[in-house]
Amino acid sequence: MYEKNGKKYFVVDSHIHLWDASPENWVKGAEAYAKGWIECFHAYQSLGPPETHWSIEKFMKYSIEDFEKDVFQDAGVDHGVFQSTYLKEWYSTGFNTAAQNNQLVEKYPDKLIVNGRWDPRDGDAGLRELEADAEKYKLQGVKLYTAEWNAGSRGYSLSDDICKPFFEKCKELGIKNIHVHKGPTIWPLDKDAFDPKDIDIAATSNPELNFIIEHVGLPRIEDFCFMATQEPNVYAGLSVVFGGLMYARPRFFAKVMGELLFWVGEDKMLFGSDYGIWEPKWQIDMFLDWDYPDDSYSDYPRINEDSRRKILGLNAAKLYGIKVPEGYDVAGAGAKDDAQLVEEPASA
Amino acid sequence: MSHTASTHQEASSRMTGISASAHAEAESRRGGDLRERVLDALGQVYDPELDEPITQLRFIGSCVVSPDGDVDIMLRLPTPQCAPNFAFLMGADSRRVVRAVAGVRNVVIRFEDHYTGDEINAALNQGAGFTGAFPGETEDDDLEALRMIFTRKALIGRQGQICEELIKAGTERSRLVEMTVAQLPDTPEAKRVLELRTMLGVPAGDDAPAFVNPNGEGIASDQLDRWLRGARLVRVSLEANGSICRGLLQGRHKLATEPEN
Repeated sequence: MYEKNGKKYFVVDSHIHLWDASPENWVKGAEAYAKGWIECFHAYQSLGPPETHWSIEKFMKYSIEDFEKDVFQDAGVDHGVFQSTYLKEWYSTGFNTAAQNNQLVEKYPDKLIVNGRWDPRDGDAGLRELEADAEKYKLQGVKLYTAEWNAGSRGYSLSDDICKPFFEKCKELGIKNIHVHKGPTIWPLDKDAFDPKDIDIAATSNPELNFIIEHVGLPRIEDFCFMATQEPNVYAGLSVVFGGLMYARPRFFAKVMGELLFWVGEDKMLFGSDYGIWEPKWQIDMFLDWDYPDDSYSDYPRINEDSRRKILGLNAAKLYGIKVPEGYDVAGAGAKDDAQLVEEPASA
Repeated sequence: MSHTASTHQEASSRMTGISASAHAEAESRRGGDLRERVLDALGQVYDPELDEPITQLRFIGSCVVSPDGDVDIMLRLPTPQCAPNFAFLMGADSRRVVRAVAGVRNVVIRFEDHYTGDEINAALNQGAGFTGAFPGETEDDDLEALRMIFTRKALIGRQGQICEELIKAGTERSRLVEMTVAQLPDTPEAKRVLELRTMLGVPAGDDAPAFVNPNGEGIASDQLDRWLRGARLVRVSLEANGSICRGLLQGRHKLATEPEN
């Protein structure tokens, strides 16, 4: 619970990590990439309040104790969802694999959820791995990087035929939340990997699955919004929007929020801190006080107490079947809900 | 919209962020200092993703010009892992405009602390294309398709901004779909819109519609509201992206804070 001004809020942080990017974990010959990647992340941290900045040494590898303090104690996060990121070409044991994340899930089974991954280019072996991971980690979701390289391929599209067996496998295994990284892209060099339109096709073809677009497609918020407004099972993952703009660029943040509230709606927006890039506490705290800075934003939908509760926790709680304790739901029970939620797996 | 020479230059000065004093110098070209002219030329190079001049984005880390006219430019990007394709486009454009400056002899363009800097720098300075920088990793040598995607976005976003300002100043919304290019306000924004139209091959003559879709068609009056909303969204997206880039660059190089506009 996060407490502010005498009120308590149920918080689900839908985008957290526990990574190891320390030099000991850099793959020989790929040091420049491993170093560049983590320095790039570290630069993003500078967009948060100065008192929350870490040294690069701590940022490369923070401890379980840091995690517990920052996420649970200080920010009062009730549930967190790990989004696994492998990057084994650069980091020997992986950057932030499901196995790494799972160590903490085992310690806090009632508070943490780990998402897996798949890559359609792995074919049958990939399907078997997904089955094994689903059982081992009780997967409810996966995080996909369509721009990832794989054996000479420079990325794939979710509308490719090779994805179909994976979507079917997800339905079979009860994995219903498909998080997709559509955001600032590094590789591949020449593909339009920013473009979220493949999600449009995948979401229409798979109404049983929820598609959560991480970083709202930055730098292509507009393509994401045009699509999300038509697809009931497409959600906005707010990591980077909060961390990168709320403190550093409050007026742009207000515009982006206004647009998201208009096109996507408060029932389909999910808070994600992107921890360890940014600590969740300041983001939650600042968002609870947040409103449009002046009346030049009067054309955008308003935000109220219920909107904040939904975005900070209730929307993600629904996607992950997390029970919300009594008294923490929206004030107007039975309030209009625009999200057409996929609650039950097709078969288990 | 027709420009006299002086408004043209004034507009270009505001757009490229060259200071008034730099301009005074540029106007007396003959006596102008070569470095100033090189910087002036760099003001024509736009970040293709953000549609803002790299000079305004503070991407010029250093610009050294020798007495013989050899130019060495260090470009700095917001992070060590900014997309190599956009980096390459900015590097190649910089090289092209600087080489065209009278009095310039050799041009070296380098990226400061970028993880593919060595590849990009080598290709740029040999005049090789993008495939030359990353053999086997890309088949796209000139990246024109990528550039065009963002040129279309920039056109939509900037037109939206002009419309909003016109509406704020009292123009009836219904007038917007009837206006022609000749009736566009004489602003840097409008000038840039016409440049973008030219880049996209969209007619930009005085009688052409003032506001168009990227395919050149005018806006139907019954779609105006939706079009305006969409255009504002595109602009917010570009600006949000730009403000993240600015914030990152500022943090990385400990630059003074720029006010939000």
